[in-house]
Amino acid sequence: MPAYRPPRIAASEITPERFFLDRRSFLAAAGGLVLGGASVAHAAELKASASPFKVDEALTPEKDVTSYNNFYEFGTGKGDPAANSGGFKPTPWSVKVDGLVGKPKEFGLEELLALPLEERTYRMRCVEAWSMVIPWIGFSLANLLDKVEPLGSAKYVAFETVVRPEEMPGQSGYFQPLPWPYREGLRLDEARHPLTILAVGLYGKTLPNQNGAPIRLVVPWKYGFKGIKSIVRISLTETAPPCTWNLAAPDEYGFYANVNPAVDHPRWSQATENRIGEGGFFGSNRRDTLPFNGYTEDVAGLYAGMDLKVNF
Amino acid sequence: MAAIPLLPKRFHGPSVWALYALGFIPAALAFYLGATGQLPGNAVKEFEHLLGLWALRFLVATLTITPLRDLFGLNWLRYRRALGLLAFYYVLMHFTAYMLLDQMLRIPAIVADIARRPFITIGMAALIMLIPLALTSNNWSIRKLGQRWNKLHRLAYVIAAAGALHFAMAVKVVGPKQMLYIFLVALLLAWRAVRTPFLRWKRQRTAVTRSHPATQKAAG
Ligand code: HEM
Repeated sequence: MPAYRPPRIAASEITPERFFLDRRSFLAAAGGLVLGGASVAHAAELKASASPFKVDEALTPEKDVTSYNNFYEFGTGKGDPAANSGGFKPTPWSVKVDGLVGKPKEFGLEELLALPLEERTYRMRCVEAWSMVIPWIGFSLANLLDKVEPLGSAKYVAFETVVRPEEMPGQSGYFQPLPWPYREGLRLDEARHPLTILAVGLYGKTLPNQNGAPIRLVVPWKYGFKGIKSIVRISLTETAPPCTWNLAAPDEYGFYANVNPAVDHPRWSQATENRIGEGGFFGSNRRDTLPFNGYTEDVAGLYAGMDLKVNF
Repeated sequence: MAAIPLLPKRFHGPSVWALYALGFIPAALAFYLGATGQLPGNAVKEFEHLLGLWALRFLVATLTITPLRDLFGLNWLRYRRALGLLAFYYVLMHFTAYMLLDQMLRIPAIVADIARRPFITIGMAALIMLIPLALTSNNWSIRKLGQRWNKLHRLAYVIAAAGALHFAMAVKVVGPKQMLYIFLVALLLAWRAVRTPFLRWKRQRTAVTRSHPATQKAAG
């Protein structure tokens, strides 16, 4: 399968005017969010420019993308996030960006949504050996990082999910699967890579709660758990930040968590994956997993000289 | 024990067949939903998981028959074979779903899984142990094997423990569901350890109350 090759033209040159975010209609939609609650949040339209970052594979049906999720803050079952996230309030929202930066700042959601939004169709490979193809809407993380002016000493980026036990059933009660907040991290060069985005929508609409509303990380060459959801804080650090799954089971989930068919999870092979929403019950929906999830040409350079079996 | 309505004897046979019929409903329903594209998300995994979970439920149910009789005088021995065989059929279907629908018969991957992934090795061991039990679940074998039949069928304890462990090891985070099955199996196995002294004590007590009806009243 050929890795996609981004054309070397600016997105603005190939983007028809009508794709650009229409601020007025967004603000109207945002007003609706506040008044109408979660059900409207799922439906609010979001405009974005087309993007060359688009894999040429069938999209996973929206129904599957929004009903088959891992988001332990809402429960450990795949259907739990969709079933239990109705009371979650993704607005108002802000994201604090701090740490080793020249200009720390708390960004309001409106401000983030005003950044140039693009539609990016990426493969998503879960560490549990299933995958999807999702049309995200988001902006380049590098774009946000530039605004806070990282210091020379910054080597890593740490992310944190919101803690709201009263709105997230998985965060309250006797049994809590993970320590909260959920944390993730990237090396700064990974965070600044053009493929790395903060997503605010999918399928042309604002993110549903179960997919990490209102803002989440998408790093398409890494396993899905790196894509931390409902982000409230981004900190630049000098040392590798703690990551939730890595801390929970270091032999199963590495810091890098790059998609790698040659490094098995201790309990299952990573050589193949089930494409959700395809093949049904009898047809083959298993396909080979690609190194770096098919993004080798773009990202292999980040790991030159590293032993990826050790740094999994 | 008079509180428990007794099933008239003539319904005993049919009730066992009803249990088999009921027992296969979850698998049949899930298969129908899966085959018609109505299982959400990852249909194959849903099906595979459902079969595994019902296998475990039937294993646990099989082991509750004895304590129910010991503690409550409830004689449901006639259902034990059906429950055990249902467990076996569900494990077999679970394994078949894994081989055919999940792995699409990629034999090297299946062999590697069984050899290298401890939770699958344990599951496979449980399936293999279930085979002699299923083959000897008939009156002829019971007669033929005599005391050895009882010894052989104690493997059910090992199988249930292996099933609960396999379940806990198959998931990313051990949660209340996995704990519940580990707890249930532990409780049911622990009963086997204290059962003999308990029954001796109970027999002595009945013997005493029989010879002194007055103490029965006093003891309540
Ligand atoms: C006593 C025998 C067995 C019992 C009670 C049992 C039960 C279960 C249960 C309850 C699950 C977890 C379902 C969930 O996550 O909700 C499971 C998962 C699994 N079992 Fe078994 N099982 C048995 C034997 C086997 C055998 C023989 C195999 C294959 C060789 C097998 C392969 C698997 C696999 C691959 C999974 C994980 C599926 C996945 O999520 O990828 N099991 N089993």
